Amino acid sequence: MISIKNLHKKFGDLEVLKGIDADVQKGQAIVVIGPSGSGKTTFLRCLNTLETPTSGSVTIDEQTVDFSKSLSKKQIMAFRKQSAMVFQHYNLFPHMTALENVMEGPITVQKQDKKLARKKAEQLLTKVGLGEKINEYPFQLSGGQQQRVGIARALALEPKVMLFDEPTSALDPELVGEVLQVMKDLAAEGMTMVVVTHEMRFAKGVADEVLFMDEGRIIERGKPEDIFNHPKEERTQRFLNLIQKTDII
Amino acid sequence: MERLVDIAQSSFLPLIEATIQFTLPLSIISFIFGLVLAILTALARISTVKIFQIIARIYVSIIRGTPLLVQLFILFYGLPTLGITIDPFPAAVIGFSLNVGAYASEVIRAAILSIPKGQWEAADTIGMSYTQSLRRVILPQASRVSLPPLSNTFISLIKDTSLASLILVTEMFRVAQQIAATNYEFLLLYGQAALLYWVICFALSLIQGRLENRFDRYVSR
Repeated sequence: MISIKNLHKKFGDLEVLKGIDADVQKGQAIVVIGPSGSGKTTFLRCLNTLETPTSGSVTIDEQTVDFSKSLSKKQIMAFRKQSAMVFQHYNLFPHMTALENVMEGPITVQKQDKKLARKKAEQLLTKVGLGEKINEYPFQLSGGQQQRVGIARALALEPKVMLFDEPTSALDPELVGEVLQVMKDLAAEGMTMVVVTHEMRFAKGVADEVLFMDEGRIIERGKPEDIFNHPKEERTQRFLNLIQKTDII
Repeated sequence: MERLVDIAQSSFLPLIEATIQFTLPLSIISFIFGLVLAILTALARISTVKIFQIIARIYVSIIRGTPLLVQLFILFYGLPTLGITIDPFPAAVIGFSLNVGAYASEVIRAAILSIPKGQWEAADTIGMSYTQSLRRVILPQASRVSLPPLSNTFISLIKDTSLASLILVTEMFRVAQQIAATNYEFLLLYGQAALLYWVICFALSLIQGRLENRFDRYVSR
């Protein structure tokens, strides 16, 4: 489904991604973990061209974009359509209700019929457990509810891949579960997902594969039970040790 | 005393007429043109194209750096030297629009910059083009932020239209001057003019309040 080849990203002189190669099969949920500054968020943002990679190529569903070449706006737009993003800080449109947020992409961008888009948006909001809240503005919703609207808004675009950028990091602890549950359901339905997260429980329970990143490279990848129980690389071990320590405290 | 009441009564209608015929249209038309100019200028300032930035900077600098009255005089009395003659009303509209455009562009620029980067990114990821992002996501939010300062601009503009009397637009203040010149009741006539300006501006601040309430429906208080 996704094939990433030798992806590099530089911000000025700072090389944040130093050659990423990865493949994601259709229906897989991939979790990317790693210390802060490891480039995992940049990696995710490159898949949606929120950051334009400096070089390398990404193939999503047989559509390949080679970032070494200069790309037209049209090519970038077409590539971007393949995936949808869920943000750490939700980034809902505050001047629109939950329903309007979800309908915005289908109506403004995809020019869908308004009635149809509305019906679909209602279904999606019901699916993420917000059927009662469709006419609320974001400020009237809790963080967990806002993030679920964010997921519904992304799903409304009918993407082939869902990208999650630390979707629960800004949430109060008691609200994390409701968002993870929605994501877990999505994974169970066979949605292809790439998730950057600090939620190790989610990684253990839901991921088909875990990527551990550090200093702009993928250090180790494997099934969650292997990564968490028998990490091969020293850096992975150190990272997991640190995390488990803070779990105890 | 009776004479004063008579004068006040008889001048009231011409003043109102001039207000409806010139002061209000001049203010409203100039504000609308000015606002469009301001949005374009603000977008030019934040664009990545260097030449747009430079043009916008020069424009704002010239307008803010010179008195409005001098600008009006150049448009109306100066340009005929170059063979360009503009009637009083259009000359005033051009002058005031350019003025509002420069001042309001800074308000709008600040308002656009106050919208978090995440809003642009969210618009990007759902596939919006630059204009779609502006129209659907950024400007609606920026207009809420810029409503109070833009109301200020509009209120200033209404009072500034009295300067158009000096380029022969028969707006309200010029009519007051004309009437006062015949009966020498300066305090009365200028007082009436002041009262009328105040009433208009007061009405505007009421409208501003209602608009702010409307905009605030989506923010917590």
